[in-house]
Parts: sequence; C-alpha cells; structure tokens
Amino acid sequence: MFSLEKLVSIIQAWLQSTLGDPWAYIVVCVMVGVAAIALFAILGLMLVYMERKVAAHMQIRLGPNRVGPMGLFQTTADTLKLVMKEGLTPDGADKFLFNLAPFMVMIAAMLILAPIAFAKNFQIWDISIGVLYVAAVSSVAVIGILMAGWSSNNKYSLLGAMRSAAQIVSYELSAGLSILAIVILSGSLKISDIINSQADGWWIIKGHIPVIIAFIVFIIAVTAETNRAPFDLAEAESELTAGFHTEYSGMKFALFFLAEYINIFIGCAIGATIFLGGWMPFHIGNWEAFNHVMDFIPSSIWFIGKTVFLIFLIMWFRWTFPRLRVDQLLNLEWKYLLPISMVNLLIVTLMAIMGWHL
Amino acid sequence: MLEELGTNDQGDMIINVGPQHPSTHGVLHLVITLHGETVKKVEPHLGYIHRSIEKMSESLSYRQFSYVTSRMDYLSSHINNHACALAVEKGLQLEIPGRAQYIRVILDELTRIASHQLWWGALAMDLGAFTPFFYSFREREMINEVMEETCGARLTMNYIVPGGVMFDLHPDFQKKVKLFLAEFKSKIHEYNELVTGNVIFQNRTKGVGYISKENAISYGMTGPSGRGSGFKCDVRKLHPYELYDQLKFEEITEEGGDAFARYMVRIREMEQSMNIIEQLIDNIPEGDIQAKTKAVLKLPKGDFYSRVETARGELGVYIISEGGTTPYRIKYRSPGFSNLSALNDMAVGGKLGDLMATMGTLDLVIPDIDR
Repeated sequence: MFSLEKLVSIIQAWLQSTLGDPWAYIVVCVMVGVAAIALFAILGLMLVYMERKVAAHMQIRLGPNRVGPMGLFQTTADTLKLVMKEGLTPDGADKFLFNLAPFMVMIAAMLILAPIAFAKNFQIWDISIGVLYVAAVSSVAVIGILMAGWSSNNKYSLLGAMRSAAQIVSYELSAGLSILAIVILSGSLKISDIINSQADGWWIIKGHIPVIIAFIVFIIAVTAETNRAPFDLAEAESELTAGFHTEYSGMKFALFFLAEYINIFIGCAIGATIFLGGWMPFHIGNWEAFNHVMDFIPSSIWFIGKTVFLIFLIMWFRWTFPRLRVDQLLNLEWKYLLPISMVNLLIVTLMAIMGWHL
Repeated sequence: MLEELGTNDQGDMIINVGPQHPSTHGVLHLVITLHGETVKKVEPHLGYIHRSIEKMSESLSYRQFSYVTSRMDYLSSHINNHACALAVEKGLQLEIPGRAQYIRVILDELTRIASHQLWWGALAMDLGAFTPFFYSFREREMINEVMEETCGARLTMNYIVPGGVMFDLHPDFQKKVKLFLAEFKSKIHEYNELVTGNVIFQNRTKGVGYISKENAISYGMTGPSGRGSGFKCDVRKLHPYELYDQLKFEEITEEGGDAFARYMVRIREMEQSMNIIEQLIDNIPEGDIQAKTKAVLKLPKGDFYSRVETARGELGVYIISEGGTTPYRIKYRSPGFSNLSALNDMAVGGKLGDLMATMGTLDLVIPDIDR
C-alpha cells in the first residue's frame, strides 16, 4: 500500500548510509525546505484553479477551460504573467516596508506548515506545543498586512489594513478557544497526540454538540482570519477597491494572493486535523469489515480529502454571502462568537472531567 | 483643492471615491470625509461624462433628438425615447394607434424589469456578493433577446418614434415574452431566497441610508428611491400616459425609508411590471403601428412637457419650440440627479460600507445624472 511514511524512511535510510550523520541531516533539511516551497507553489496553483471552477459552477459559468486540459494550466499562465509584470513601488511609499510586507505574510504562512501532519507519521516538526505554535505564528501575518497597508501611503490600503488588524486580532480569540476545546478533550497540545486520540472516532462525532459548536465557530473564525468573504473587509472590492494590496502589482501582489490561499489551506488543514481526525480514516465502532476498507485508503488521501472539503465550504461561503460591515463583523465576534465559545469551553471542560464524551 | 490630498483640520481623512471605483458604477466622483470608518460628509463631483445632450438636441430635428436620450439612462433607454416621443406628440397633437400604445407599454415594462434585474445584481455586488450578478444577467438576457428581435438593439433601443413605434413586432414576440414571464416568476423566488432573506444582507440594508418622507420630497427624490420613503410619486398613477389609466396595477410604496425599503420596492415592482405585461400581451390589437406624420416634423410655437416613470424615477422632457424643425431649448429632468442630491443626507453618520449600500439602492446611472 502506498504510504508517505515508508517513502520518507527509505530516503532517510539511504541518505544516512551514503552521507553520514551531519550531512544527511543538512540534506534532509534542504529537501524539506524545497518540498515545502514546491508544495506552496502547487497548492497555490491548484487552489486558485479550484476556486475559479467552484465559483464558475456556482455562477452558471464554465470557468477556465482554454489553457491546457480543462483549463488546468490557466493559473500557471496567470502566474507567468504576474512574474513578468513590473512590481511597482509607489513614490510616497516606505520602500523598505513596502517590499518586505509580502514576504512577511508569505513567511508567516510557510511557518505554520511545520506541525501539520500530512499523513501517518509524515510531519515536518512534531513540536510538543503544536496547537499553541499554530495559534501564535498565524497572528504574525497581520503584521505583514498592517505593514503593507501602512507603507503603501494610500488611504484605501490604510483602511483595509486597519480593518484587517481589528478583524484578525479579534477572530484569533474564538479560533483559539474552539481549538482549546479539543486540546482539553485530547489532553495534549501536540498535533500527533490529538490525531491519535481520534483513532476510535473523530472529535466532531465523539464530542457531541459542544464540539460541533466549536467546529462551527472555528470555521467562521478561519474564514475571518484568512480575510475571505463574507469577512473580506480588508480587501472589500466594492468599498476599498483592493484594500491593503491596492498598490501592489506583479509578483509582490502574487505573494499576497498566494499567501491567502495557503492560509486557507492551513486553516482548513488545522480544522481537519483537530476536528475531523487529520489522516485518521473514518471508523464506525465495531464494524470490522467497514473499518478495514477505510484503512485501505492511504492516510494522505484522508487528510487531503477532509481539507479540500473544508476549503470547498469556505469557497461556498465566499460565493454565496454578501459582506458584513465592519462594526457588524466586530459585533459578531465580541458579542456572539466569543461568549458562545467561552461557555462552550466550560461545557467541554465539564464533559472532559466527567468523561461524557465517547 | 488642497483639502482633497489629505486630512482636514479636524484630523478626518478625506478620500476620493471615484471617478474610477468599482461601486460608483460609472464615473461618479465622491469626495468623502471619513472619521475612522464613519462618513461625515459626501460631496458628489459631477461632469466626468457630460456630453451636453441638451445643447446637442437643439441642433437635431424632432425625429432625431430622442436617439441621443438612449445614451442618458442607458438602462431605461426605451422609456427615455418614450418620454421624448410623448412631448413631440403633445406638440403635434397626434393620436397614437392602439397597437403602438400596447407595444410601447409592454416594452416599457420589460425595460423596467431588465433595469431592476441589473440593479439587483449590482447591488448584491456592492454588498460583496458576486453570484447574484450572474443570476440576474441570466434572466436579463431573455429580455435582451426580445429587445434584439424587436428593436434590433439590446441597449440603446431607439424604437419609439413620434407617432408610434418604428417597426412592427417580431412574430415570436408574444411567445418569447410569455416564456420570459413564466421563467421569471420562479426565478424571482430564487432572488428572494438568495439575497432578500439573507441575514447578512438584511443587516447590511435595514436601517441604513435612512431618509424621511419629508426630506425625500424636498430633495425631489422620485421613483423607487422616493417610494421607499413612502412618497407616492409614480407618474404612471399620478399622470397616466398611454394605457396606464386602463391597467390594473399597484403603486408600490414602503414606509421604511432605508435601503431595505428601497430594495423591496424594486423587487415588488418587478412583480407589478410582470402583472402589467400579462394584462397586455394577449390583447395587442391589430392595426397601424404609426400615426400619419409629415416627413419633417414642426412643432408649433410654445412649450411642451411630458413626464414618464423610468426605472429610476420621473423623467421630464421640456421642449421650447419657436416653430422650427429643431427645438429651441430642451431640458431634461432626470431622476438620477435629484436622487443623488440626497446621498449626503442619507450617508452621513453611517459607515463606509453603508455608503455603498445606500448608493446601490439609489440605483444611480451616471450618464443620466450628467447628461
């Protein structure tokens, strides 16, 4: 059976035997870095393509269908165009910060990739405070967005950046609280432990209604944190033309664009890991035959499948809902989501203490 | 205009929305004073698409000048032409054949539906939902096809001429219009499900861009925007022209005065327009499509005024004639201009996002404002 775990151990063993200890480790680091960047490029291309197709089918259109089979190379062509475009820096801009900002956003997105388990035992860094790490690093992105908005010397950008800062900082809270619910249930911050605790059933099934509430809050918070519609106030095309990246062009714009999709992927991957069992196959109690069939599907497919499902949900939101207003956005978080997730957290804690979950 | 560059002395941000901006739907330029996100002042700057249509019309004959008006409010070009034709007919004291009247009214109402459909999609887009735009264009396309067959044009119809209409109907006309009516009846339900009932949409529009009935009247707001404040201003009811006095239809008013009320007026108006078309479509009489007119029209000395209800409100055409073949002076009273004048009153105190909702429900067409 195909398994990424075996592939990794074969490569590692071969490197160890040919290069010896320090060099093998360095080569592995480089390989991981290259793989991460390659994954980024592929994810960006595929998610943009997916978004365009999903949007098109919701809008009674066909979507990209000219470049390559079924328009698969459309995003590649678009990226090529963006690479060749001139990356303008406006006259009044703070040049250093202006050029740094897209990289900040991108690096923040890349860093969160580390603790994500893509398949069984296939993880870059199984850090013991995995969930905390994700929550902490994901808020670095807002610095990049603020930087972009502030340094552009454009009022639309500034408004967009300010909105984005308010939004990400507030929604981080309920995202964190809803993740905490699962941390309490599984008793660990480590991603691999959280996944292993779901071997006998995903938390969304085991955890009854409180976890479902936490999951819904989490999905809303992720949509808001990634600045996606209906929470796309930072970009808000009809109000702020393009929000914080109004002044960006060429590849610098593409980095923002890419980071948005990577962030969606990461948000959904975290959601899939924490609530839907990550790479854990779907098991039903003591149906042995059924469970065996499920086990036969590679763990990487399980993970990608769940993540793509959540991504589809978020895309579905974007193409259905109108945008919230800025005060409504903050009201939703501070008046509804935060109290709900706090009370929910208490209930989950009670559930964990009393052992009410399955 | 130094003020436009930055902030004013109270530290408020002054920001230019337009002339190129996604939600001004054209070259409207708004200078907005923002305190944080709160709008303190909205100042429309006009003139970016001024083509001096009124002056141009002075050198065009009475048959020609109505063609220019298709370029004013391009979404209700048919109704604009109608207003011009009515003014000229008043001067010539022409009796319009019944068939032409039926055709005119049916096409007027089709134009109104098409315009409201586009407005519906564009409003949703202003509020950040992209998909409704495509849905509305799907149905609007059916109307455009009817228009294309009938008038030979999809946007600038130029179909109504003084004395009647230019050509007879296409043989498929009735069939296609009925097909559209049947289709759109179910689709308008879809519109309501997708947008009207949406919680976010209701939050974005209810209580937003409020204007009282008194203010609406004093600003001269007409059309659905005025009726959203409870101001009964439907020209079709107040000063019926053509067949409107024989038709059964409701004048839609809402008391809310906010963006949602204006939204509901337009949605319900589409249903009324369908109702009107249904009453007429089976009874189009046979006969001439044009009254007998001379090749060169000459209006007697005097002034002539006609008013019609376009999709945006009351359009008035005022012609002063010196007895020649061209008008001495023409003045259009365009609905968009008066409606826009109320924007400052409606938007102040709201957020920047509210301004877009308000502008969206005013249904501005910029060439109509500037002419």
